[in-house]
Amino acid sequence: MCLAIPVRVVELLGEAAAVVDLDGIRKEISVALLDGVSVGDYVIMHVGYALARLDPDEAERTLALFAAAIAEQST
Amino acid sequence: MKYIDEFRDGALARKLAAAIVAEAEPGRRYHLMEFCGGHTHAISRYGITDLLPPSVRMIHGPGCPVCVLPIGRVDLAIGLALQQRVILATYGDCLRVPASNGLSLLKAKARGGDVRMVYSPADALTLAQAHPEREVVFFAIGFETTTPPTALVIKQAARLGLANFSVVCNHVLTPAAITNILESPEVRQLGTLALDGFIGPAHVSTIIGSQPYEFFAEEYHKPVVIAGFEPLDVMQAILMLVRQINQGRAEVENEFTRAVSREGNVKAQALVSEVFELRRTFEWRGLGQVPYSALRIRDAFATFDAERRFSLETRSVADNKACECGAILRGVKQPRDCKAFGTLCTPENPIGSCMVSSEGACAAYYSYGRFRETPGVAAPI
Amino acid sequence: MSAVRADYIRPLDIKHGRVDLSHGSGGRAMAQLVEQLFAAAFDNPWLAQRNDQALLPQPEGRIVIATDSHVVSPLFFPGGDIGCLSVHGTVNDVAMSGARPLWLAAAFILEEGFPLADLKRIVDSMAAAAREAGVPIVTGDTKVVEAGKGDGVFITTTGVGVVPPGIEISGDRARPGDSIIVSGTVGDHGMAVMSQRESLAFGTDLRSDTAALHGLVAAMIDAVPEVRALRDPTRGGLATTLNEIAAQSGVGMLIEEDAVPVQRQVAAACEFLGLDPLYVANEGKLVAIVPPEWAERLLQAMHAHPLGHQAARIGVVTADRHHFVQMHTRFGGKRIVDWLAGDQLPRIC
Repeated sequence: MCLAIPVRVVELLGEAAAVVDLDGIRKEISVALLDGVSVGDYVIMHVGYALARLDPDEAERTLALFAAAIAEQST
Repeated sequence: MKYIDEFRDGALARKLAAAIVAEAEPGRRYHLMEFCGGHTHAISRYGITDLLPPSVRMIHGPGCPVCVLPIGRVDLAIGLALQQRVILATYGDCLRVPASNGLSLLKAKARGGDVRMVYSPADALTLAQAHPEREVVFFAIGFETTTPPTALVIKQAARLGLANFSVVCNHVLTPAAITNILESPEVRQLGTLALDGFIGPAHVSTIIGSQPYEFFAEEYHKPVVIAGFEPLDVMQAILMLVRQINQGRAEVENEFTRAVSREGNVKAQALVSEVFELRRTFEWRGLGQVPYSALRIRDAFATFDAERRFSLETRSVADNKACECGAILRGVKQPRDCKAFGTLCTPENPIGSCMVSSEGACAAYYSYGRFRETPGVAAPI
Repeated sequence: MSAVRADYIRPLDIKHGRVDLSHGSGGRAMAQLVEQLFAAAFDNPWLAQRNDQALLPQPEGRIVIATDSHVVSPLFFPGGDIGCLSVHGTVNDVAMSGARPLWLAAAFILEEGFPLADLKRIVDSMAAAAREAGVPIVTGDTKVVEAGKGDGVFITTTGVGVVPPGIEISGDRARPGDSIIVSGTVGDHGMAVMSQRESLAFGTDLRSDTAALHGLVAAMIDAVPEVRALRDPTRGGLATTLNEIAAQSGVGMLIEEDAVPVQRQVAAACEFLGLDPLYVANEGKLVAIVPPEWAERLLQAMHAHPLGHQAARIGVVTADRHHFVQMHTRFGGKRIVDWLAGDQLPRIC
């Protein structure tokens, strides 16, 4: 029910804020709900707040899971 | 767009669809509820229904915070704008919700109410700082995803010592709603609503984690798969549910591992507990009174609670007799079953909130899928 | 060409001055505003005559007239402003009939207190757009409303043109089997404007695509006079325009999501706000409906023109008594692309 998108942190600002980027669109958002956010991290953003980090390894694993489901089906 | 486009790949979708078809047992039907309005929207927008076998039926659940918002609560906001003449800050989603006396927040704006659309609760705070001579009220809605930002903003208002800022809190809780559906007569006793499994919400789960759903799996023996927001996530989750059902399992599985952990965002949960507490009961549109299903602002932050600040009383307002939103939200009826659908009730003239919110079952079906009723056009449902 | 007359009481203070009620009252102050600001910028023999109307030669061909009011907010946005928008918008409306635009009229409603510096910026932008398009603004009007009763400035432009013989272009001429072509990327203007709105603002290079399309249209009908319909998808976006034509022609449509050109930044901006690029406004694009045997030739002509280099065939007209515009999604499913209920609103859910 919640529109949230994965965005990349490109700059850390003071006061628990950061600039994030999605394909050239930049927005200043709050990272106050997370600890230890670094430049280069991907976060899930909702109403101007980062809610969670996106784990790139898990993302790869999930995509691999899709492929595995398909492979299983064809055996 | 990274982490978005890969999860919308059409070629992968067709193959996943084939996998679902292959695993669905012949002669067996699968009734899966996608709880979250965002999933309802994704299913409609991407035409996922076209890719599923007829034996897999998706039931739309009440996870749309706009759809379950009672008319009486919107009336509060309209009253604040028109009578108390506050600056009423609201998300775009609420602007067109039809309330009492033929009004909506948008119509109240047309009548001179100072209604401002904001993208973030932080913007409401900025409004309060920019207009110290006016009262600014933020109309907060949303499930657990949207609650932590409201908590942060209230804390910030306290830190800043703002004297003109308050919040109408309509935040609601996912597990309570799922319980309500599973305890409903249609599911529990009458068996008129067959429910075999749930697709769990994506972003709510980033906050609350996967742990709260374990109760449902154990107590009601229904599998839950938490799915990401993209259409491939939804299809993978459907496949995982079909497998669980075939194997007689009822577990919580997490498809959205890239953003959801078992314990969730502990920092956000703590912040929410600090600012909010449970209401003993709260009216949900379509579900009636649901115990321990919503939040209110704690005494420590009472000065930022618009309900106390303005002595607001919520009236319970009945839905239009023709409106079937309640049954639709509980998954008991489909949009097509509502006599008002597509005639009295359209996105231009919505009678109930299922039609106003773009992720409401009726709006989604009307806007994306009503061509399936067209004679001569294949209807896979 | 405009010199200050000796008996003016004070010169027009462009830098610090503001519009006041006397500028709309028909007296000396208004004459000064018209001469020093409007006529100086638009600069043509008709305006130099100082009549309340423009006397024009008899044009050859069937006459087309179109009018448009412009109320855009903010007045200045990346890639343009209300001034050039008001020229392009009406030039385009005229051009969508296949007509060559000849003359424009411009009426201004100014709000008391509006800075003259901003007005000059807008008027200069209009003048540049008109010059570049080769379509002079030959007559106009100015009114002033009290402070609070206008959004700075409203502009209404009316355009006149002529249609060459043998050209029959109209929204009710689409037929099943026809190809649907769009001249370039969609959603640019709307997202560029939205990026400036308070509370929605985001950092971007996006610029409005506002442009006069009559040159592109001329090249198109020169190559393919058989074009059936043309329309520029402004408010409500591509989806609204397709639905309009479908309803007018009594047909349906089927388009391919993958074929609709969208800039990456526009797609990303739409993701941020929960918007669908198909419904976002454009100000420099057009939709063409053409018999299928001419589609390839039309595309070639469009690609050769700077405003059509990303033109793409996006779908086909169908027989459908419900007049649905349907779309094969990138994902492989099918959905309707419906009429909008109202403006698309950014959402959080």
